[in-house]
Amino acid sequence: MKILVCISSVPDTTAKINFTGDGKAFDKNGVQFVINPHDEFSLTRAVQLQETQGAKVTVLTVGDATVEPVMRKALAIGADDAIRVNADARDGLFVATQIAKVAKEGGYDLVLTGRESIDYNGGEVPGFVAGILDYAFVNGCVGLNVDGNAVEAVREIDGGKETISAQFPVVIAGQKGLVDETELRIPNMRGIMAARTKPLNVVEAEQTSSKLNVVGYTKPAERGNVTLIDKDNVGELVRLLHEEAKVI
Amino acid sequence: MAILVYAESAADGKYKKAAFEAVSYAKSIAAQSGDTVTAVAINASESSDSLYKYGADKVLKVSNDALKNFSPNAYAKVLSDLKDGDTIVLPATNDASSFAPLLALKTDATLVTNLISAPENVSPFTAERRAFSGKGIEKVEVSEGAKVLTVLQNAFGLKENPSSGTEETANVSVSEADSKVKVVKVEQASTDKIDLKEAEIVVSGGRGLKGPENWGMIEELASLLGAATASSKPVADIGWRPHSEHVGQTGKAIAPKLYIAIGISGAIQHLAGVNSSKTIVVINSDAEAPFFKAADYGIVGDAFEIVPKLIEEVKKFKGA
Ligand SMILES: Cc1cc2nc3c(=O)[nH]c(=O)nc-3n(C[C@H](O)[C@H](O)[C@H](O)COP(=O)(O)OP(=O)(O)OC[C@H]3O[C@@H](n4cnc5c(N)ncnc54)[C@H](O)[C@@H]3O)c2cc1C
Ligand SMILES: Nc1ncnc2c1ncn2[C@@H]1O[C@H](COP(=O)(O)O)[C@@H](O)[C@H]1O
Repeated sequence: MKILVCISSVPDTTAKINFTGDGKAFDKNGVQFVINPHDEFSLTRAVQLQETQGAKVTVLTVGDATVEPVMRKALAIGADDAIRVNADARDGLFVATQIAKVAKEGGYDLVLTGRESIDYNGGEVPGFVAGILDYAFVNGCVGLNVDGNAVEAVREIDGGKETISAQFPVVIAGQKGLVDETELRIPNMRGIMAARTKPLNVVEAEQTSSKLNVVGYTKPAERGNVTLIDKDNVGELVRLLHEEAKVI
Repeated sequence: MAILVYAESAADGKYKKAAFEAVSYAKSIAAQSGDTVTAVAINASESSDSLYKYGADKVLKVSNDALKNFSPNAYAKVLSDLKDGDTIVLPATNDASSFAPLLALKTDATLVTNLISAPENVSPFTAERRAFSGKGIEKVEVSEGAKVLTVLQNAFGLKENPSSGTEETANVSVSEADSKVKVVKVEQASTDKIDLKEAEIVVSGGRGLKGPENWGMIEELASLLGAATASSKPVADIGWRPHSEHVGQTGKAIAPKLYIAIGISGAIQHLAGVNSSKTIVVINSDAEAPFFKAADYGIVGDAFEIVPKLIEEVKKFKGA
């Protein structure tokens, strides 16, 4: 079984988000980058399948050289090797086109991604990859088992869960729940040492055209000052919510 | 030409609020472009009147057993087969977000996800979408050609715009084979619970509530207000509440009219998922809790004292 885990490198969840002076781009200054949290669940599941079922796990990022430290972290967590497609991750379709090419040429059985990247929040890449390759697709996956060529995946639905079966090759977009929070791994010293010598291959990107342009970024409006209500006057809150905020 | 809208329905056959929001959004484009609005309903049982109310000129009813369970591939095929214009609008629900990229590929369209406001311009299509987990807003433009758009829930909202619509039955050819995936088991809890993403009011609890046994008052307050319940991440991680209730950057992002946070500190990752709420109320025993800086109304005090009082006050208000 060959698994391709697609990892996006995103600003740390505690990062303050700022845009460049002209409002045209995200300002990376002083921002720490981490593995997209949703992707960590997929990566961990892949490493578990490597340990229990002998899967070979490759991590893939479309990005410039600055994403390599984040990729090394994925290697330290246990991936066997890594591929970086050398390009600026411009938009969802562009990224998916690169991933699809690697997935097809490398003959991967399972393509694991996260449900969405927490930076641009597209939630587009996994569906695009499945569409380009005409593979089966399960989004928002919270449980995954593999038996031979058969995949059993669980996904959250309104007020419940749905179990889905499919055959290789499959694209699975994971999220929290795919593995337990406590199963997520922090790289240990041995892993970090091993990661230094694991292969990280760089390949060039396939060019595509796009009709989607970013005009610019703004920040959401700030909230006004909080109105504090005395704890012995809770009725006042109800009155304000009704008469002032008009939400009840 | 017609703007096609996917009018998503729930397991009980009723349209989701997100369907009406998508129709409202399509209508706002149509008003500028001169198109009509056609809603596609898959296995819905509710009358089309509710879709006309938000501006659907036509409703295409699709009934097909092969579509009983959701499959991204099959649903994308249906919408693609029914399209007759260059714009398709979908709600940004789980299901529709899953098939949106497939649909964009099939129809050779540009995909724009998570739109939050009416387009500034329809040609070229220019509009704002949510980015950076709500910490930023991205304005994008589709220079030309077809587009598939998804509309964030509780963002653009509902806009009534009655039309004298007509209904037609649409025949589509889909088979089990189009699905690629097979649903083997469905475990549905009660369907009468209010969906967190759709809820107008959300009552949420954090670690300050000390244990799962204390959620009774949260649920009581929620039920009085017709609200959904939510939680902070650690509360879901320790298993006090189901993962499906976890809101924040790594859980669900929500934008209700009213968000009531009880015993939640207001960490930046939590705020990212709830800061689009219209009004935020914070109840916390620590006056220094960061959440007060992101709130509209706050009460400093012990939740175990305040929430029961609040329940009484809401009862009085509702009774009045
Ligand atoms: C990668 C990453 C992603 C994350 N994603 C999310 C996310 O999506 N969502 C999320 O919520 N968190 C997320 N977190 C966690 C986040 O950083 C905080 O740890 C978490 O939100 C804190 O939860 P809490 O407010 O319930 O608990 P605490 O921080 O422990 O706060 C409890 C609060 O309750 C108050 N309190 C205590 N007793 C009472 C009482 N009797 N009455 C009233 N108030 C009381 C306290 O004053 C305190 O403010 C993430 C963290 C990381 C590292
Ligand atoms: N630049 C990238 N390189 C590799 N994988 C990516 C990249 N961007 C997104 N992905 C994957 O696609 C998922 C969804 O991302 P998005 O569509 O950007 O929200 C992420 O969770 C990643 O698994």
